[in-house]
Amino acid sequence: MKIVVCIKQVPDTKGGVKFNPDGTLDRGAMLTIMNPDDKAGLEAALRLKDEVGAEVTVLTMGLPKADEVLREAMAMGADNGILVTDRVLGGADTWATSTTLAGALRNIDYDLIITGRQAIDGDTAQVGPQISEHLDIPVISYAKAIKVEGDSVIVERQYDDGYHVVKAKMPCLVTALSELNEPRYMTPGGIFDAFEKEVTVWGRADLKDVDDSNLGLAGSPTKIAKASDKVRKGAGEKVALEADEAVTYIMDKLKEKHVI
Amino acid sequence: MDFTLSKQHEMVRKLFKDFAENEVKPMAQEVDETEQFPLENVQKMGKLGFLGIPVPKEYGGQGADILSYIMCVEELSKVCATTGVVVSAHTSLCADPILTYGTEEQKQKYLVPLAKGEKIGAFGLTEPGAGTDAQGVQTKAVLDGDEWVLNGSKCFITNGKYADFYIIIAYTDIVEDRRGRKVKKFSAFIVEKGTPGFTFGTKEKKMGIRGSATYELIFQDCRIPKENILGPRGKGFPIAMHTLDGGRIGIAAQALGIAEGALERTIEYTKERKQFGRAISAQQNTQFQLANMATKVEAAKMLVYKAALKKQEFADGKKVSYSVEAAMAKLAAAEVAMEVTTKAVQLFGGYGYIREYDVERMMRDAKITEIYEGTSEVQRMVISGSLLK
Amino acid sequence: MGLEEYKGVYVFAQQVDNELSGIAFELLGKAKELAKDLNTDVTAMLLGSDVKGLVDQLAEYGADKVIVVDDPELKNYRTEPYAHAVASIINEYKPEIVLVGATAIGRDLGPRVSARVATGLTADCTVLEIGDFPINPIPGKEQKHNQLLMTRPAFGGNTIATIACPDNRPQMATVRPGVMQKIDPIAGAKAEVIEYNPGFTPNNKYVEILDIVKEVSDTVDIMEAKILVSGGRGVGSAENFKMLQDLADVIGGTVSCSRAVVDNGWMPKELQVGQTGKTVRPNVYFAIGISGAIQHTAGMEESDIIIAINKDETAPIFDVADYGIVGDLNKIVPKLTEALKAVVK
Repeated sequence: MKIVVCIKQVPDTKGGVKFNPDGTLDRGAMLTIMNPDDKAGLEAALRLKDEVGAEVTVLTMGLPKADEVLREAMAMGADNGILVTDRVLGGADTWATSTTLAGALRNIDYDLIITGRQAIDGDTAQVGPQISEHLDIPVISYAKAIKVEGDSVIVERQYDDGYHVVKAKMPCLVTALSELNEPRYMTPGGIFDAFEKEVTVWGRADLKDVDDSNLGLAGSPTKIAKASDKVRKGAGEKVALEADEAVTYIMDKLKEKHVI
Repeated sequence: MDFTLSKQHEMVRKLFKDFAENEVKPMAQEVDETEQFPLENVQKMGKLGFLGIPVPKEYGGQGADILSYIMCVEELSKVCATTGVVVSAHTSLCADPILTYGTEEQKQKYLVPLAKGEKIGAFGLTEPGAGTDAQGVQTKAVLDGDEWVLNGSKCFITNGKYADFYIIIAYTDIVEDRRGRKVKKFSAFIVEKGTPGFTFGTKEKKMGIRGSATYELIFQDCRIPKENILGPRGKGFPIAMHTLDGGRIGIAAQALGIAEGALERTIEYTKERKQFGRAISAQQNTQFQLANMATKVEAAKMLVYKAALKKQEFADGKKVSYSVEAAMAKLAAAEVAMEVTTKAVQLFGGYGYIREYDVERMMRDAKITEIYEGTSEVQRMVISGSLLK
Repeated sequence: MGLEEYKGVYVFAQQVDNELSGIAFELLGKAKELAKDLNTDVTAMLLGSDVKGLVDQLAEYGADKVIVVDDPELKNYRTEPYAHAVASIINEYKPEIVLVGATAIGRDLGPRVSARVATGLTADCTVLEIGDFPINPIPGKEQKHNQLLMTRPAFGGNTIATIACPDNRPQMATVRPGVMQKIDPIAGAKAEVIEYNPGFTPNNKYVEILDIVKEVSDTVDIMEAKILVSGGRGVGSAENFKMLQDLADVIGGTVSCSRAVVDNGWMPKELQVGQTGKTVRPNVYFAIGISGAIQHTAGMEESDIIIAINKDETAPIFDVADYGIVGDLNKIVPKLTEALKAVVK
């Protein structure tokens, strides 16, 4: 079986977000990580590899430095890495990202494509389903369990009020939730091996059946009208009070606002 | 000359750091408090290959390098010095001499399971009457047919009881030197736990690294196969000294990690803690102390990494000695660890003296690095010996 | 075909088990505002099997028209037949705006449909308005009017971006549940009903549902609560949440919490407010022992009244609180509960 996992290198927002003196986001100062949902997707692929045997390819689109995230995936156990990078692909929205990745995927043999549900920088959850549409294959989003049976994949698909057990014929695309599993660590030897392997690098010319009008900033239907670091609501009153005074204060405010 | 870490070393560090933060740090206080050997984490590390980092792949290892191994001990020790020394003693003092001096059969039988993390290793040289002075060693091995018979005891053995394989130094011959004095000739042996006649004595209660198991080993007519001698008969002393050269780099990395861990926590704390209406990090005393601490840590780091690279040259087949580099690294890193942790406790004030904050533990842990695998005085002897020869 | 031929604001009226989801009404509420600005009307797309009975409810919440696609293939949500139906409606009726809830269904359906009809989609919007693009005129560049400006947080709530889709139609957005206001229902309101069926031919993209597992949660929905008594790490322990529960009981509120509390295992995930939890906008939000990391405030700062109690006077929660009390929650909360008991009884 051949599995392709789409992964993304994202800024690590966990340790807090760094700002420039002018209040804008300092992306350069933030460490990068493999997007958590993607990592769960990779782990799911590696488990299928352990259980039923599979060749696992990781695919990413990004700057040349996104090579790092492919090496990390290979150090965890992925067999091949493909980096799609090209100046003309920059500034892509989810549509143009999905057309790009679909263009790359058309060059690859796959039975199963796994993507993370969403990336922690954009939080859109759109690229996976959009890729599946471009490739005309079924999609099962929000997977919390994945198994393979013959030529089909069986997925527990999470909803707000429970889950569906869904079966789809491969080739198929599945988007993974972080809750799917606990991703493995790399191994020291795996890291050394990963740096001895070649990462395949593709540019615009290597994408199959994609029109220029669907790529990069120019090919993105959505445009940013305005972006800013979030402006918080202004502070109200702040008082330091002993317990009894505090209670009186709160009761007064609740009465004033007709809550009680 | 290049002071930049390669991409793979950066990634290796990230791996050790993630593991240390996620798995080891949450256990560190409990390991110290209860004096429990961190077995579960050691087993996890075994599965991830952390117990065979510099061992070649053909012997079940990771095929990575000495620097990666050193960074592993360093990152673990930043959060838990106990866990750091478990890896160091296992790798440097047990796997490494088998890799260097073992026969192919010994490597297959002992090194492979050690490197795969299926078995844990330890090393026994020190005795109640023999620490720095090896001639005081009383443990004796006598060849009886196809077996060596060991008698004697070893003390302060790291990974004692938990280790499956032990490298034991015993004297096998007494010869006369040129002046007619009787001199012991030593040999090294591989002894398996469970061998009849091999038992464990007291478990030591220690000031620091309290989770590491430190035991007395007792040999009473302990018979081991003849082929379990490691290296040539009579070469046990140079084998032990060479093994300790490597071990010292591991302990230097442990000391470095302790110092770095204490510095990191102090930076965090002084930014948060307020006195007289402002963070104590805003005070010049704090700033200058932190600057001194950071500079010393960086200097120690350079020495430790340099020693690791020198040992790498040896591992790559060059006939070089890394004895002086190892001694300097350990001397400097141990003293920096002691100084930085003491200053950290001072900057924390009362909170530094209580167990809730890690710097209290780190200061206790740091002290041992000035003592074991050769005290700071022994390191000075090694270094000055090379200067004055 | 020109973009100006696309008319009307459409919402996907999500139903599960033939019951309309709250998001359907929220979207109608917002759609009505947008339609007013554009001088057009609001259409609900109602998909399912045997769902015609839901039409009047959609009318009461603001739908002028309802397009009903009623087909056994649509009984339970599956991506392909639903995407086919919505894409077919878009191609047939050409709406200028399509809103979908950013739910576990909508976030699957939205992208698949947008890719099929080749338009942009903005995810998880929290503000929608009609305006110009570019917002300020740029010399030499056409400024388009009556555009849908879609505002959404990103980077875990640390940044906010306003997005337009000037050159493609429809303009599509998924909208975060709990953010838009539904209107007070207009009793007896009727909508024009259009029955439409694009035909469903199963193909490789039709997945098979082998089992449906409902996980009944006995926790209340904090998004519906008018008063939330929310606790953070400062509450100290799971046991201490009893104190918050007592306060909630007496004032008719519901207990919720911050992420730290869930991470510590004190409270279940369903009660978590914030970027990775739920977005709430109750009338009153008590933030008790919550430091107020942006991760948290992103999910509650739209609350009408925020009352914060924290012993740390520098806690960022005070930057969003209407009324901030620097003090000891362990003393204040029980006394407040007592005081309220006296008033409420």
